Amino acid sequence: MQELKDHTDTVAAPEGDKLSGSEETSSRRMTLNMGPQHPSTHGVLRIVLELEGETIMSAAPDIGFLHTGIEKQCEVKTWQQAVTLTDRVDYLANLSNNLVYALAVEKLIGDIEIPPKAQWMRVMMTEFTRLNSHLVWLGTHALDIGAMTVFFYCFREREDILRILEMFSGQRMMTSYIRIGGLALEPPRGWQHAVGKFINAFPSKVDEYENLLDSNPIWKRRTQGVGFVPLEDLLDLGVTGPMIRAAGLKWDVRKDEPYSSYDQFDFEVPTRTENDVYARYRVRLEEMRQSARIIKQAVEGMPEGAWQADAPKIVLPEREKMKTQMEALIYHFKIVTEGFRVPAGEAYQAVESPRGEIAYYVVSNGTSHPYRVYMRTPSFGNLMALPALIEGRLLADSIASLGSMDFVLGDVDR
Amino acid sequence: MLPDQLKEIPSAVALEAQFPAAVEGGHNQRNEPTLFIAPGSIVDVCRYLKGDRQFVRLSAITAVDWLPADPRFEVVYLLHSIANNERLRLKCRVAESNCEIDSITGVWRSANWYEREVFDLFGIRFRNHPNLTRILMPTDWEGHPLRKDYPVHGYKYSYQAE
Repeated sequence: MQELKDHTDTVAAPEGDKLSGSEETSSRRMTLNMGPQHPSTHGVLRIVLELEGETIMSAAPDIGFLHTGIEKQCEVKTWQQAVTLTDRVDYLANLSNNLVYALAVEKLIGDIEIPPKAQWMRVMMTEFTRLNSHLVWLGTHALDIGAMTVFFYCFREREDILRILEMFSGQRMMTSYIRIGGLALEPPRGWQHAVGKFINAFPSKVDEYENLLDSNPIWKRRTQGVGFVPLEDLLDLGVTGPMIRAAGLKWDVRKDEPYSSYDQFDFEVPTRTENDVYARYRVRLEEMRQSARIIKQAVEGMPEGAWQADAPKIVLPEREKMKTQMEALIYHFKIVTEGFRVPAGEAYQAVESPRGEIAYYVVSNGTSHPYRVYMRTPSFGNLMALPALIEGRLLADSIASLGSMDFVLGDVDR
Repeated sequence: MLPDQLKEIPSAVALEAQFPAAVEGGHNQRNEPTLFIAPGSIVDVCRYLKGDRQFVRLSAITAVDWLPADPRFEVVYLLHSIANNERLRLKCRVAESNCEIDSITGVWRSANWYEREVFDLFGIRFRNHPNLTRILMPTDWEGHPLRKDYPVHGYKYSYQAE
């Protein structure tokens, strides 16, 4: 992989701007600076392209524009406070990030049992995140390629999802709804109705997107056969998630290493074999249908009971108990002022986010602050395959390939 | 020597049989097999695990700063085998005085950015890396932010100092 060598000399000035001599100009290489503010890079990504005519000879992604030191900041927060930072890693998969952090810390704590209702709620909420993320992806990806209408349809449904997230957590995007020990708040009254209404209507909406795009010959011509990379190369380059499944490998962390009671749900892992931009679109479309199935099962079979673990040293007490019981007041004071201690050790937890494998590697030294939180984010791994996807191909196809990877730059840079 | 906890993990046993000198210990806490590897043989160990034990995926490379311990850094390799549904963690201890380890970009190409990230944030150098430059921080940045002796804020741009 060719990497960026010199930051200053990226846009080569045309030497002696003569427009004559067409044989000469056609063979000259041009360096094109794509980004960091290019609309189809979906964030602040800069790619230095070497062009020969319209063919990309080499591509060097330059990242780090959105680096905010989240991993470093985690080290000065208490364990529970760091949940709010995990939201901000990836604005489209906030609950997946909450979940993987909570699961990793709960693994470190050891003797904490998450009640079934909380587990099912976590599944339901992360599936909503998947729908949200795939909808934004589909809308913007189609927009990049020139199919404008789908964008409005997708954002219509996304708005409904954000309303549901707001209903549960009070926040549309940075929800921090999944906490260590369970959930942040009790599910609101009447949530079954709101979620049920949305999820019954949703599958027909997916059919709508499918009709809009699959009956569009331009969409098909621009996506089919574009962006092929062999599966072995994708794995070697660190790609995970829908891109791998579009290459024919049936690997999904939800199935292979089930967490948070995913093993109790009935769903399929969609795969395709074409391994092009179109296959990635089909896989994500099918994943939306499967997510809708999971949410439906969650609404219908939601267990009764507690939504937080019975762990007074970790979970904040109920407001009413805090006002009447001395014990609860003491625990509340301790948790709020200094946080809880987590046994020394390390834990590694992976979950399937909309983009692929998120894994957190959490190290504790026995204090009330994380010693180290490492976030293995899917976008970082996926973006590494970018040169393999677009080198040697046409510049116009690079937009389709880029979009099909579905990365979030905040997730890359952390 | 392989501790008893790891005697039931086939890939750990096979690795120890193949490279008896390279395995410096390990544990299996929380069912997460972890092996300490001598830094000098990390490339051979990784090549063996990828080729013979089907660890086709390098999930990530990261590091932990154990200041003031010596050796100060732990470089952590998180491997994953999809075929065997198995995860394995390798660790190499790297001292501050000789802050270097061999690059494994020759084994997995995805090591490229992960090693650059560790170099950027911890200052651990990777020998034979094709392009060991900063990746997340600006190129002219001084210091390595994830080191424990690097302050969380107020390092360079403190308004109070003016």
